[in-house]
Amino acid sequence: MHELAVTESILQISEKYAREADALKVTGINLVIGKLSSIVDDSVQFYWDIISNNSLCKGALLHFERRDAVLHCNQCSVEYRIDTSLQPCPNCGSPDVKIISGEEFFVDSIEIEK
Amino acid sequence: MNAIRVPVVEKILSANDQLASQNHALLKSKHVFSINIMASPGAGKTSVILQTIKGLQGRLKIGVIEGDTSAVTIDADKVNEMGVPAVQINTGGDCHLDAVMVAGGLQQLPLDDIDLMIIENVGNLVCPAAFDLGTDINVLIASVPEGDDKPYKYPAIYRGLDVLILNKMDLLPYIKFRPDYFKEGVEMLNPGLQTFPVSCVTGEGISAWLDWLEKRVKEEIR
Ligand SMILES: Nc1nc2c(ncn2[C@@H]2O[C@H](COP(=O)(O)OP(=O)(O)OP(=O)(O)O)[C@@H](O)[C@H]2O)c(=O)[nH]1
Ligand SMILES: [Mg+2]
Ligand SMILES: [Zn+2]
Repeated sequence: MHELAVTESILQISEKYAREADALKVTGINLVIGKLSSIVDDSVQFYWDIISNNSLCKGALLHFERRDAVLHCNQCSVEYRIDTSLQPCPNCGSPDVKIISGEEFFVDSIEIEK
Repeated sequence: MNAIRVPVVEKILSANDQLASQNHALLKSKHVFSINIMASPGAGKTSVILQTIKGLQGRLKIGVIEGDTSAVTIDADKVNEMGVPAVQINTGGDCHLDAVMVAGGLQQLPLDDIDLMIIENVGNLVCPAAFDLGTDINVLIASVPEGDDKPYKYPAIYRGLDVLILNKMDLLPYIKFRPDYFKEGVEMLNPGLQTFPVSCVTGEGISAWLDWLEKRVKEEIR
């Protein structure tokens, strides 16, 4: 999918914060990605190795923290995790649910040396 | 040398979101109501757009941006033939439109003379979901032959929708499509989503969509 654009954005954000912090180099980037975001880690890593080559982020390791998809049932208040496919409340069967997590898609922090 | 952790907490693709809000501000300042039409390839985006132009002719002034992965102008030509200004954006193989491409398209259209801007996104159920274009509403065209499991397989695109059009209803008798199963998936992801079952072949349901759209446009641009 659009992993190249995603990877470019990660690089742009990381470089901005690294420059603001007067970093000599960036050694790691911590990403938080919910399981409902269809991003392929391997493709991001692949593009990363290419596009970060001439930047402050050269050689920085990408750490992916994958957040589970958690739903809350509005009928019986049960909270449940979905592993494979979206499903109604396992307790009462209701589709009246709210997504609590799983859509995260952000750069959480960077590791720098200065 | 010191190793330090610097907090960031910034959404990936935030630069696109910023540009999208500029697009939105430009369209608002010109009193243009805008819709982003997404769907899988062949679901009927162009067919719905042509039906919409036909049905709203004389009621609203329409402009169209056609996103395509190649230089083929089939869709843009069809729209132009109806006497509506249309620009084609060639994404150069990219699987989605982004806010930058749309900003370029908007520059080429007579915004002062348009009430309703329709953007046909690239046929894809994954990538367009991640790129806000700055339109007033996001519309997905699902279609019966794609199958009833699409909300379960492509949850992200259903999350960001304002309107769902279920096209090719004329094919329902020939295809195993369980409307209840489909609807339950949609309901979990986007409770109460405004939905229009239509057929571009028989014309079924089109007028309900057009009436809703016209009312919405007139509320927003007056
Ligand atoms: N049976 C039936 N066929 C339809 C309907 N709407 C569109 N089609 C057909 O579906 C095919 C694709 O329609 P388009 O409108 O080109 O679809 P699209 O989503 O714009 O396709 P791309 O831009 O190529 O992704 C065409 O052959 C249409 O005639 C419908 O309501 N019923
Ligand atoms: Mg089309
Ligand atoms: Zn329940």
